[in-house]
Amino acid sequence: MSNLKNTQLSLESKKRLLKEMLFGRRFEERCYEAYVERKIGGFLHLYSGEEACAYGILDAARPGNDYVITSYRDHIHAIKSGTDPKRLMAELYGKVTGCCKGLGGSMHIFDVDKHFMGGYALVGGPFPLAAGIAKGIQMKKGEQICICFLGDAANNQGTFHESLNMAKLWNLPVLYVCENNLYGIGTRIDRSTAVVDQYKRVSGYNIPSRQVDGQDIEKVYAAAVEAIDYVRSGNGPYFLELMTYRYRGHSMSDSNAYRSKSEERIWGKRDPIITLRDRLIEAGEFSQEEYQTMDAEILDEIESEVIKFAEESPEPPKEMLAKYVLAENDPYVTGGRR
Amino acid sequence: MHQLMFWEAIRRAHDEEMDNDPMVICMGEDIGVVGGTYKATQGLYDKYGPERVMDTPISENGYTGLAIGASFIGVRPIVEIMSVNFAWLAMDQIFNTAAKVRYMSGGQLEAPVVIRSPGGTAHQLGAQHSARMEKVFMGIAGLRVVTPSNPKQAYGLLKSAVRCNDPVFINEHELMYNMKGDVPDDEYFHPLEGLEVARRGKDISLFAYNISVHWCLQAAEILASQYQIDAEVIDLYTLSPLDRKGIVKSVSKTHRAVIVEEAEPTVGVGAEIMAIINEECFYELDAAPARVSAANVPIPYNHRLEKEAIPDVEDVIKTVLATLGR
Repeated sequence: MSNLKNTQLSLESKKRLLKEMLFGRRFEERCYEAYVERKIGGFLHLYSGEEACAYGILDAARPGNDYVITSYRDHIHAIKSGTDPKRLMAELYGKVTGCCKGLGGSMHIFDVDKHFMGGYALVGGPFPLAAGIAKGIQMKKGEQICICFLGDAANNQGTFHESLNMAKLWNLPVLYVCENNLYGIGTRIDRSTAVVDQYKRVSGYNIPSRQVDGQDIEKVYAAAVEAIDYVRSGNGPYFLELMTYRYRGHSMSDSNAYRSKSEERIWGKRDPIITLRDRLIEAGEFSQEEYQTMDAEILDEIESEVIKFAEESPEPPKEMLAKYVLAENDPYVTGGRR
Repeated sequence: MHQLMFWEAIRRAHDEEMDNDPMVICMGEDIGVVGGTYKATQGLYDKYGPERVMDTPISENGYTGLAIGASFIGVRPIVEIMSVNFAWLAMDQIFNTAAKVRYMSGGQLEAPVVIRSPGGTAHQLGAQHSARMEKVFMGIAGLRVVTPSNPKQAYGLLKSAVRCNDPVFINEHELMYNMKGDVPDDEYFHPLEGLEVARRGKDISLFAYNISVHWCLQAAEILASQYQIDAEVIDLYTLSPLDRKGIVKSVSKTHRAVIVEEAEPTVGVGAEIMAIINEECFYELDAAPARVSAANVPIPYNHRLEKEAIPDVEDVIKTVLATLGR
């Protein structure tokens, strides 16, 4: 492997990531409340519990420059890519100031300026799109890579196999990150999937892969540094499986009755935020008081800036209904030239 | 002006667009080394190489999705799906992604991808190789659907589709690739919207597209010479968005309409045009509009039954005569 980077997070980075992950958690939990208050509609899929995955991987990447694509559980990947949380919350509120002008919603967050290429609601849909973005990067001889985050259940779609085959065949610069939270909607992985270790399923395509503890951001980061370096160096695709757990149901309409309380307790003890916080406290680099201050500041920012912006923003005008169906004034529609 | 075969016209459009813009690529099953099942990309692999003329695995949804993803960041892919029957497998990416991404991203992202695919009933290809799917594609907002009836359109529509910033589905026909026709020597961009009057007439409007334009032109000659009926033939090379004004204009002139489609009638092109006529110019009509459509069956293998399932020139003539009370 060329140009191996340091796989260790600095103390400064750990503190920053603790704050970022806590922000992500508080953002999602505030979405929960807003959904219960019926401020947010539709389907809402929360990321709480899985924070170390998106933050750990993307901290090792070049957010805003590398291309990121994911499923409907997409808020945190957008935030880490650089999306303004105010515009994200406004989108969830369906407001015209939202990152997609209120036309996308929770499952369809896009921030193309930040190279966040979207959240998609069809399970497995982004696999080939990511390979295509990587094809574009390859044609432009760009230094970026495409990072595709999807859940374990997406690997049972045909697009998983079709895309891995093409990505390897054409040596495309794409990193597939499997966030294995053990459930596909309400069905546990061993009841839907013949091979439960997802990283093993990739070997048939000669794509290197690894399984990593997705609750420990230091381990996620270290694995991401190596995987990203591999892909960026022109070696073709890589597959990382991160073992993780979502605290909420698949979506807000999910009773979550299919999981035992004891299982939830076990995973609750492995919380990615608490794990990192306690590690910093034990090392004498951080205190409980500092954490509480950090948390209070985050809660205040979410309330006084993020929620306030979403609440006070206007709805999209009715004239917007048919605005983005087709390109406007495209000369080739009438046989003209550009 | 030169005579080109349909496939030669498509090949020329590929070649010019790939020569013009290094971000134009083409991909599909057997299109590279083999040159395409219908020769539409013949010779391009040698000229532009495997990076731009991509032989894909038989993974329709996968490679169509890959093309759509590439189009997000400036690549201009032309995807050939060998047969529309296989395009069913790519519906997820075409409908759920290409057609919707501009809208659901609030205008941030677009998918300027071209998907070409031949449909229609050829010769005894059986139920799973004889689909006519244009009616499915034209019902999806965000997707343009065009269908050439002659080599000039095949050339010019593909050229415009490559440069247009919307996803465009080009519905071709398996029986038409060797059809000859005039194509301008100079570069030509055919409009992606509108319709063409393929034959002017005053007594009845025959609405047709793709192969049925040819049935209608033949029928119109017979109607003129044997029945003194002057039929107007309208070539609907754009199926989405349909040219409502153009449809109304012709019906307002002839006051009678027959729609001729190779597909089954249910939820089809004919049904949609009848609805437009009803909504826009019902009181212009001197007779109830009629459809000439295929039987609503999976296409049989047996050659007599296959012929029975698909309309022909005789069916068009019969329906025109009935509409005129003759």
